[in-house]
Amino acid sequence: MISTIPRDPGGAEESALSPELLVRLHDRMLLSRCLEERLIRMNKQGDGFFWVGGPGEEALNTALGLLVHKGQGPAFDYLHLHYRSTATLLAMGAEPIDTLRQMKNTATDPYSAGRNFCNHYSVRKWNVAPVSSPIEVQFSMAIGTAIAQRRTGATGITVVQGGDAGTAEGDFSSCLVWCSRPSFELPCLMIIANNRWGISTPASEMHAERNIADRGAPFGIKSAVVDGNDAESCYRALEKAMDYVRHERRPFLLEAMVSRLYGHSSASGANFVPDEPDCLVLFEKKLEERRILTRTAMDELRAKYTQQLLEASKRVREEPQPRGEEIWKHVFAEKDVVREGLGPRAVTRNGTH
Amino acid sequence: MATLVQAIRLALHVGEERHGVTDIFGQDVGPPLGGVFTQTQGLRSAWNSPLDERGIVGAAIGLALAGQRPVAEIQFCDYAFNMVDLLKLAGGICWSSAGDWNCPMVLMTPVGSGIRGSIYHSHSFDAQATRVPGWKIVMPSTPLDAYGLMLSAILDPNPVMYLAPKALLRTKGAHFERIPGEPEDERVLSKMIDAPLGDRSKWRPEWPDVKDVLVPIGQARVCRRGKDVTVVTYGRTVTVAMQAAEALAAEQIDVEVIDLRSLAPYDWPAIEASVRKTRRVCFLNEDTEVTNFGEHLLRRTVEELFYELEAPPKLLAGAHVPGIGLADALERASVPQADKVTTTLRELARHQP
Repeated sequence: MISTIPRDPGGAEESALSPELLVRLHDRMLLSRCLEERLIRMNKQGDGFFWVGGPGEEALNTALGLLVHKGQGPAFDYLHLHYRSTATLLAMGAEPIDTLRQMKNTATDPYSAGRNFCNHYSVRKWNVAPVSSPIEVQFSMAIGTAIAQRRTGATGITVVQGGDAGTAEGDFSSCLVWCSRPSFELPCLMIIANNRWGISTPASEMHAERNIADRGAPFGIKSAVVDGNDAESCYRALEKAMDYVRHERRPFLLEAMVSRLYGHSSASGANFVPDEPDCLVLFEKKLEERRILTRTAMDELRAKYTQQLLEASKRVREEPQPRGEEIWKHVFAEKDVVREGLGPRAVTRNGTH
Repeated sequence: MATLVQAIRLALHVGEERHGVTDIFGQDVGPPLGGVFTQTQGLRSAWNSPLDERGIVGAAIGLALAGQRPVAEIQFCDYAFNMVDLLKLAGGICWSSAGDWNCPMVLMTPVGSGIRGSIYHSHSFDAQATRVPGWKIVMPSTPLDAYGLMLSAILDPNPVMYLAPKALLRTKGAHFERIPGEPEDERVLSKMIDAPLGDRSKWRPEWPDVKDVLVPIGQARVCRRGKDVTVVTYGRTVTVAMQAAEALAAEQIDVEVIDLRSLAPYDWPAIEASVRKTRRVCFLNEDTEVTNFGEHLLRRTVEELFYELEAPPKLLAGAHVPGIGLADALERASVPQADKVTTTLRELARHQP
C-alpha cells in the first residue's frame, strides 16, 4: 500500500493544478479505464486473442500524455513506451476505437494492421516508437533517439518507460550507462512504473534495492519517487522531471509506485484486484471533495464512455480482417518513410559526437 | 590498389561526406584506434561506445528512428549473441508497424576464420543472420564489392547487416577492380588514409576523390565462368573456391564460381541459371553445417531443380563443433579447405548419373 511520496522530485512548493487541467486529467483517465474494461470484455467474449494493458497506471500515464511535446522528429519528444501506456496515447489524442481495432486484429488497426497484441502502439507522426512485447528493449532503443536529440539544439527529449521487473534486464543498465557518460549526457527521462510484480513473481523475490530510483545515484542521474496513484503528484513530478531533462539536457530517473488493477494480462484472468489502491477512485474522491466535479457528472461521463466504447466495439467486429497473403507486405521498406516524414532539414550532424 | 578494409573505410568516408551517414560507432571504433582492423580510422563521424553490444544495436535503432544514418559495429560477430533479440526487433520494426516506421541502419561485423582467432574470434554469422527476416545481409569478398555494397547498405531504407570476412580484410582485388578515383600506387593510398603508428592525435587523413559505385544488394557475381560444375559461395570461401577451380582447370574440369555477395535477399536466378547449365552444384561456406544457409539453398535446388541435376548436390560447410580451435590442425579440420573443395568438385564433375 503506497500512500506517501517518499521524496519530492524538485523540492519546490507545489501550487494547485487548475480546475480545467484536473477535469482534463480526469476525463482521459476515465476514458482510458473504460477502454481497458472494454478490451477485457472483448477478450472474454472472444473478440480478441489476448489482453494486456495499464489499468492502475492511468494517473501516471495520462499526465505523461498531456505533458509530451507531441510531433515528429528530434525537435519533439520521442516515446519508447510499454504495453501499459494506453492512457498516454489517449491523452495525446489517439482515437479509442483504434485500440479496439488492434484488440480485434482488424486490417484497419492503424498500429499494426492486425499483427500485434492490443496496446502495442506505433505512431510515427507523434514519435511513438513501436511498442514490442519483450520487456525493456525500449531502454536500449531510447539511447539512439536521445543521442539524435542531444545534437539538435532543440528542446525535444526522449521518454522511455517500463516496469520494475524489467529493470533486471541489461537494457536498463545500458540506458543508465549511455545516458550519463561524462561530457555526453543524454536528454532522456526514464520512467519506472513500479507495480511490484513481474507477472506472478513479487518484487521481493526479484530485487533488493529499496527504490529502483536509487540506481540513478552511482551514475549521477537525478531521480525521484512519486505516488503513482495520485494524479496531481504524477503531473507535478513529470512536469518537473521533463522540464529538467528538456532544459538541462541531462537524464532523469522517475519511479512511480503504481497499482496493477487487473493482473498481468488475460493469461492470469484479467480480473479486478480489489486490494490495491485505485488511482481513479482516489482522484474522483478528491474532485468531489473540492467540488470540481460532482459524483453524478462523473457517473454520467463513465456511462457515456462505456456506451460509446460498446458501440465502437460492435463496429469493429464488422470490419475486415487482414488477408493471409498480406504477411509479405512490409518485410522490407521500399522507401525511407522516416526521413521523408522529417523533411529536408531534419538530419543534423553538427560538430563532434 | 585498396585492400578490402581500406575499401570499407573509403565507402564509410563517402557515406559520411555524401550520403548522410551521421554516426559510425562501436567499441574502439573512434580515435585513437579506429577499429581493431583499421576499418574506421580517420572518419569524422566515428566514435567510441561503451563495451555494450545491446546498447550499440539499440542506439543504432534509435538513431535510425530519429532520421539519422548510423553505421554501428559489433567488434567480432562472436560477441553478437547477447543482442540477437535486438536484431529481431530491428528486422521487425517495419513489418510489425505495418509500414509506419522503417529502420535504416547498417550493422557491420567481422566474421569467419582464417586469422587463427580461436574460439571467440572465428565464428561465422551467416546462418544466424539469415534466420532474422527483415534484414538485408551482404558479405563481400573483394575490395570493390566491399566498397559498393557498403554504399548500397548506407543508402538502403532497411537494416543491413554487413558481414566482413576478416581473413580477406588485408587482401587486394584484381587490377580491373579498382575503385574509381583511388590512387594507382597502393603506397600512395596507404600514406593518404592509413593512420601512423604511435601518436595519432595530430594525424588527419587525406581522402582521395573516389567516385560512387553501387553494388546492388541481392545481385550475385560470377567470378569465374565454367560449364562443368557450379560452386555457390560467399566471403572467405570465394577465394578457396577459386583456388580449387584453378587446380581443376588443369584436369580440364571447368568450374563456375558464383559469389553470392548478398544472402538476403539472395540471387536465386543466378543460381538457377548456373545449375541449369552445369547440372552439378556445390554450396560452400564455413559456418557450422547443421541448419546452415547453404542447406536452405540446397533444399531449394532439390525442390525446384531436381530434374536438372546430374549429380547429388553437395554442401561443404564447417564442422558442427562448439568452436574453432586455435592450433593449426584444429582450425583446418573445422572449416572447408581447398583440397577438400577440389576433391568434392572433381567428384561432382565426374559423377555418372
